[in-house]
Amino acid sequence: MALYQSPTSESDFERNFQQLKPLMNQTEAHYESARCLFCYDAPCVTACPTSIDIPLFIRQIHADHVAGAAKTIYESNPFGYACGKVCPTEVLCEGACVYNLQQVKPIEIGRLQSYATGAIIHQEQQLFILPPANGMKVAIIGAGPAGLSCACELRMRGFEVVVFEAKDKPSGLTIYGVAPYKITNEEVLDEMTYLEKQFGFQIRYNHRIETREQLAELEQAYEAIFIGIGLGETAPLQIPGEDLENYMGAVEFIEKLRMEHHAVMVPARVVVLGGGNTAMDAASECARMGAESVVLAYRRSPNEMGAYHFEYDLVKGAGVQSLFNAAPVAILGNNGRVTGVKFQKTALENEKLILIPDSDFVVEADWVIRATGQARRTSFLNLIPGLETDAKGRIVWNATTGQTGNPTYFAGGDAANGGKEVVNAAAEGRKAAQHIAQWLLSPS
Amino acid sequence: MADLSVNFAGIQSPNPFWLASAPPTNSGYQIMKAFDAGWGGAVWKTLGIPVVNVSSRYGAVNYRNSRMVGFNNIELISDRPLSDNLREIEEVKKRFPHHAVIASLMVGPREEWHQIVRDVENAGADGIELNFGCPHGMCERGMGSAVGQEPKVLKTIVEWVKEVSTVPVITKLTPNITDITQPARAAVAGGTDALSLINTIQSLVGVDIDRFVPYPIVDGKSTNGGYCGPAVKPIALNMTKNCAQDPGVKVPISGIGGIENWRDAVEFILLGAGTVQVCTAVMHFGFGIIREMVAGLSGYMDDKGFATIEDFRGKALDHVLTWENLNMKYKVVAEINEEKCIGCQLCYTACEDGAHQAIKLTPGSRVPHIVEENCVGCNLCSLVCPVESCITMERRDDGSEHLTWSERTMAGNVPLTFDDPLAGGLHHSVPSPTEALSTPVPRHYGLSQN
Ligand SMILES: Cc1cc2nc3c(=O)[nH]c(=O)nc-3n(C[C@H](O)[C@H](O)[C@H](O)COP(=O)(O)OP(=O)(O)OC[C@H]3O[C@@H](n4cnc5c(N)ncnc54)[C@H](O)[C@@H]3O)c2cc1C
Ligand SMILES: Cc1cc2nc3c(=O)[nH]c(=O)nc-3n(C[C@H](O)[C@H](O)[C@H](O)COP(=O)(O)O)c2cc1C
Ligand code: SF4
Ligand code: SF4
Ligand code: SF4
Repeated sequence: MALYQSPTSESDFERNFQQLKPLMNQTEAHYESARCLFCYDAPCVTACPTSIDIPLFIRQIHADHVAGAAKTIYESNPFGYACGKVCPTEVLCEGACVYNLQQVKPIEIGRLQSYATGAIIHQEQQLFILPPANGMKVAIIGAGPAGLSCACELRMRGFEVVVFEAKDKPSGLTIYGVAPYKITNEEVLDEMTYLEKQFGFQIRYNHRIETREQLAELEQAYEAIFIGIGLGETAPLQIPGEDLENYMGAVEFIEKLRMEHHAVMVPARVVVLGGGNTAMDAASECARMGAESVVLAYRRSPNEMGAYHFEYDLVKGAGVQSLFNAAPVAILGNNGRVTGVKFQKTALENEKLILIPDSDFVVEADWVIRATGQARRTSFLNLIPGLETDAKGRIVWNATTGQTGNPTYFAGGDAANGGKEVVNAAAEGRKAAQHIAQWLLSPS
Repeated sequence: MADLSVNFAGIQSPNPFWLASAPPTNSGYQIMKAFDAGWGGAVWKTLGIPVVNVSSRYGAVNYRNSRMVGFNNIELISDRPLSDNLREIEEVKKRFPHHAVIASLMVGPREEWHQIVRDVENAGADGIELNFGCPHGMCERGMGSAVGQEPKVLKTIVEWVKEVSTVPVITKLTPNITDITQPARAAVAGGTDALSLINTIQSLVGVDIDRFVPYPIVDGKSTNGGYCGPAVKPIALNMTKNCAQDPGVKVPISGIGGIENWRDAVEFILLGAGTVQVCTAVMHFGFGIIREMVAGLSGYMDDKGFATIEDFRGKALDHVLTWENLNMKYKVVAEINEEKCIGCQLCYTACEDGAHQAIKLTPGSRVPHIVEENCVGCNLCSLVCPVESCITMERRDDGSEHLTWSERTMAGNVPLTFDDPLAGGLHHSVPSPTEALSTPVPRHYGLSQN
């Protein structure tokens, strides 16, 4: 028996995708903030990619200065609310909290962060006063965490900013990719609306930049261009049967799920291929959508999975079964539709993964989801003269300044770092903005 | 099993835990409930001409995770008719003959004192407590702390009471005075059988910063109240000690102020109290706290081998000296247990900014280290450290020397001029002022260097 029943309404969906980090109320925030020690050179700050001044904002929450706390957060991270909910805090700030060394529960930094920012978003409180326009314009490609964080920071420095976004919603994978039990669509969009009002950048939705001509226009009209285009579609596995119906990429499935919620019909038997965080998300999402059997299949052993252990725990908790040391060799089908996956067992030989001969077996499935990494947007990036990509398809950049081989172009987020978290994209977007400003205002 | 019973100035009580005169002792109903729960005695809510109260009446100091670490009230004495109270005293005594029922009193003229003393004695009260402490409302009418602050008046009133009383008289003192031993001596001179202290401390507990009115707010206005609860315990302990050590006092003392568990009670007893009284803790948690108090006290006594309260009453008094008699050759320094340290660096910042720059950060490690020659042994670091017994104060002198300030004074060995070479801080390392501006600080510390 599946742990979850297929949701047939929005409220069913919300129940199955109950928030892992629900918002704190004032009482909980008061008590939790009281526990923070206000460490000197606090390790939580160092562990935060955006270096939010955590002891300060927690102290401000405790002193009932919620607006001050939100400002402290937003000064470092425009995705303050979203990050509080979606960051893997166990390996970031909360993992570094000194309480861990005392075997005491670390401070719930993420939830406190969302508490403070959430209150201010809700009240639509204006926290920042923008400086007068400096007369310069920057174009940003991609309205994800990297692009919008760059936009906010540039606006704080007097630049005019236009963001070009291929899709019809802001925030990139925050709304299209992150698991629904981490953050709701409404929460994501409320923060984006708040940022737009607060910082006054423009977003041109449904406006994909894809040709050399378009780029040339941008180069003409803007003093600098920031690329925050993230990664592409889920890459194919290059095995037989990948053209079958009901065989799909994880990122594509998740995007559909996030947009259509309970209207998505997940069938009884699903196989998810992969061992990273996206595979974990897809598997546990299918289980929460009421699939009777979800099998997570990974080529190697549990210890070699790229996913965080707490993400794997979540998957197990949702009733997903795991299959290790099994490599997919063909997607099987009938009448053009998926019927299962043929696997071959694997083993390690001299630290190399090998397929064990004659160890084939089949797992039947109605859906097969591959979560095997996103493709790079290299063909688009190749349109930019001077900008190079490395062997892994990442933009070659100066990680400190964000500048690429073409000095007009700066980059950040998944497109440059190869795929990390929302908070890394936010940090890189902001940093690039600071260097764009420096480069344009005081060229050396 | 230790024997918790006490004979306090002639008043018998099954244990030293009494309820202080306050809302928990407002009625026979509450006191019976308390005795039934295990309290040994109760000082009835102060009786006199019934008052009329206002609302609201209370305010509190909440600190971090704790509510009501300090408590403030603007309530007056009993607002119930005397006859109702007398009838209930009688009922309680009938049902609980071995528990201590003390009537707290506050009236004006001599005849009123005589009358009310006789009334409560007739009702069966085991003792009388004179409320010379209330610092709000009653003092403006020439009673309460107005009396407690005038040793002469206080003595006279004690004498009036002693003219007619046949049961022991306890005089309850106000802490709103510079030297508590003065009213204490006056009470003894007037013939009091015992003292109780402290009553509440005059206070404004906080201000509503949106309405610009202190708490508690009565129709947009406020007035000063009386402060009590855990926050006042140190003041009460000190005053208890002052009275207990005073050769002009030498009567039993009932300790009051911020007591909420057995440890608090033991501390008061070690400083000379024969019984303890509790108000705020009961107002916060109810009568049920007595179970922990009785069990804790008797466990402590069993552990220490004390058979009765008298076995350890006042045991800490000999260890409280005046400052000039402390041994200046005693030397401790801080030591950090690296295994226990969690790297919060609170000790570093406390010593660096608030003490003697004797703790330094260790490159490549989160565990700070002590620069022993700079450590003056103040023990601030060990107080701020969030890990139990992680920073300890280790003795560095060999115990062979003993020298006090008074001995040094007598020997003419103390600094006398502004730049005297005998200055205690002369050889302490102090960084030069401008080093402050070049010391790197982390992000959350300050703006200038970020
Ligand atoms: C399934 C999944 C789950 C995840 N879960 C988490 C999580 O729980 N927590 C977490 O912190 N991170 C998570 N991540 C990672 C996180 O979402 C990304 O690291 C982050 O969104 C990267 O931000 P970005 O701005 O670089 O790119 P994206 O978020 O991908 O945004 C890029 C934007 O650019 C637009 N765009 C692309 N090309 C063009 C173009 N040519 N013209 C115009 N617009 C264009 C896209 O439409 C998109 O809106 C997850 C990722 C995935 C795939
Ligand atoms: C609301 C309130 C009313 C009080 N009323 C009296 C009183 O009528 N008579 C009296 O002697 N003391 C009165 N007190 C003082 C208490 O008896 C006690 O001395 C003081 O609260 C300190 O003890 P605590 O810290 O345990 O509360 C009152 C205290 C409070 C909080
Ligand atoms: S490490 Fe933990 S206790 Fe220290 S400042 Fe950060 S959140 Fe607070
Ligand atoms: S005892 Fe005082 S001086 Fe010594 S290290 Fe600790 S805080 Fe500094
Ligand atoms: S205060 Fe205690 S735990 Fe914190 S750094 Fe100092 S010794 Fe370590």
